[in-house]
Amino acid sequence: MNRSTIDLWVGIFVAAGFAALLFLALKAGNLATFSTTQSYQVQAKFANIGGLKVRAPVKSAGVVVGRIADIRFDNESYEAVVSMTLDEHYTFPRDTTAKILTSGILGEQYVGLEAGGDGVMLKNGDRVRLTQSAVVLENLISQFLFNKAAEGNEKGNEKK
Amino acid sequence: MQQPQIVEIRDVSFGYDAARPVLRDIDLEIPRGAVVGIMGQSGCGKTTLLRMIMGALRPAAGTLRVLGRDTAGLGREALYAMRREMGMLFQFGALFTDLSVFENVAFPLREQHGELPGELLHDLVMLKLEAVGLRGAAQLMPAELSGGMARRVALARSIALDPRLILYDEPFTGLDPISFGVISRLIRNLNDSLGATSIIVTHDVQEALGVVDYVYFMAAGRIIAQGAPDEIRRSREPFVNQFVNGQRDGPVPFHYAAPSYAADLELAAT
Amino acid sequence: MNGAELRARIERLGGAVTSHVWRLGFATRFLGYLVLHSGTALRRFRLTVKEVYFAGVLSLVIILVSGLFVGMVLALQGYETLQRFGASESLGVLVALSLVRELGPVVAGLLFASRAGSAITAEIGLMKATEQLSAMEMMAVDPIARVVAPRFWGGVISMPLLAALFSAMGIFGGYLVGVQLIGVDAGAFWSQMQAAVDLQHDILNGVIKSVAFGIAVTWIAVFEGYDAAPTAEGVSRATTRTVVLSSLAILALDFVLTALMFTGGKGG
Repeated sequence: MNRSTIDLWVGIFVAAGFAALLFLALKAGNLATFSTTQSYQVQAKFANIGGLKVRAPVKSAGVVVGRIADIRFDNESYEAVVSMTLDEHYTFPRDTTAKILTSGILGEQYVGLEAGGDGVMLKNGDRVRLTQSAVVLENLISQFLFNKAAEGNEKGNEKK
Repeated sequence: MQQPQIVEIRDVSFGYDAARPVLRDIDLEIPRGAVVGIMGQSGCGKTTLLRMIMGALRPAAGTLRVLGRDTAGLGREALYAMRREMGMLFQFGALFTDLSVFENVAFPLREQHGELPGELLHDLVMLKLEAVGLRGAAQLMPAELSGGMARRVALARSIALDPRLILYDEPFTGLDPISFGVISRLIRNLNDSLGATSIIVTHDVQEALGVVDYVYFMAAGRIIAQGAPDEIRRSREPFVNQFVNGQRDGPVPFHYAAPSYAADLELAAT
Repeated sequence: MNGAELRARIERLGGAVTSHVWRLGFATRFLGYLVLHSGTALRRFRLTVKEVYFAGVLSLVIILVSGLFVGMVLALQGYETLQRFGASESLGVLVALSLVRELGPVVAGLLFASRAGSAITAEIGLMKATEQLSAMEMMAVDPIARVVAPRFWGGVISMPLLAALFSAMGIFGGYLVGVQLIGVDAGAFWSQMQAAVDLQHDILNGVIKSVAFGIAVTWIAVFEGYDAAPTAEGVSRATTRTVVLSSLAILALDFVLTALMFTGGKGG
């Protein structure tokens, strides 16, 4: 095995390795967190964020317009403070509603933005005033049971 | 000041651990141009002494001067500078198995002199191989060489940089009689033609006595006899006598220490 | 057992522990020396390229074939479970994430340790046993710079590339089984995968893991070779130690890195 053959094979090997990395990066993954598009940040407060995580998508009309950047707890208002990074191409009115929704029935949670009608748009650092918290399963179940119990009581009362 | 001694060893002692000294009070000098033999039983400390001359080990006591330098104070760079003037032939050649004969001999030349023009390097290597009679084997790989040939290639490699001091660690081990003769004549001729000094560590008495100018005899870490080959052959010192004449019994006993024979065979018990 | 025996046993145990700690310290100094004296390996890049060939290129076959099979098995097993939840379209996500985050770096690392790591140890150990390293020392050439460093960097360079190739082959294998054989929708396979696999979070972390494994495995391989007893038995023991230690190191490092990189994330 002379030198030039070795060099050839090593060159092929390294090129193939990089090609594999490139393949993984482009075809298998997405460049979401590496996006170089300009963005702006807005905040929203929620009573309960449920299973929302950092890097979860922010969608409007089902299209991804941004990502969750940070989630914190406000010790004074006892609410969750969610910071969102939005693509600067998409602007939303000040009276936009932010809701925590679930994709599918048991899927991951994301923030959905429903645009309002205000003429003034949200700027970097603004806060989304209207929010709707996540649906917590336990609350849903206890509410359902409570409703069922109330219904049963009513029927019982009616019979009397 | 003219420094006629290539190697000067005064009162050197050494042990790998303090409890068991390997070398004791060694006094030794090697004049320029001489071929000197250091002989003794296996384990007498001669290989350790060679390592110290090489600079791989530092004496626990005493001074060791090689090629005008005190080995105790040498840093890495200075040590390497000293070794560039030395050549060493290892016991089984220690050729680089992934390089050809040519590349093996060229190795020290390439490493020390960086960008030698290809022609010059080629001629130098061929010169060295010719001196040991193996110019035709230049393209063989070490695995294809016999023991004697491998030893000769290693010799060519050790003289590649025209050293002033050449060290031989058991150069005759495992050779056939013809190779014996070849190697011993090469040692003498190369020493004289290069104007170098040679030290041979060996226990091959007869062959070595025919080559060397002077002999140091070692036993149990001490030098017990020294002199010209003829003096050694005629020596009355019991150990030297037993060694040179290959006697079965003498200061070095035939029987390993054991309880009485009768007791072992349980004759006493009957 | 009486007092003296007990004491002897404890002394032996303590001795074993101290000797291991001592060895670790020695190995660390060795690594430091090796990195500091890597000048030759980098200036005469030819030497390192040769080692990339021996460590990387010669491992290609086992890596590619294993990657393919692992990907195919992932698809088979994954489909079996996912379709019970009606989530078979997420097969691509399952295969890709498993490979990129975990199996790629770890399995490729284990294979690399057994193939290339043991070869490196054997080579260096043999050179030591046949006095080739001493001969180099005598010729005023530093054997660590000339022999050990190129092998170290060759291994470190090869490992991430091999892990990437393993993952890529695995995804391809998953595609072959999932889409071509089982019949999962190709569009869903790739699009869901792309949505779920993130460059920075998943792929980059996988690459970081494989670099860490490469350093660990190659460090162990060159050290065991250099420290081997210069006999045939010593070399064979060193080779075994390399494979065992490297494998354990990979798995332990994997746990630590995964815990650092992948758990939680802020939020609910």
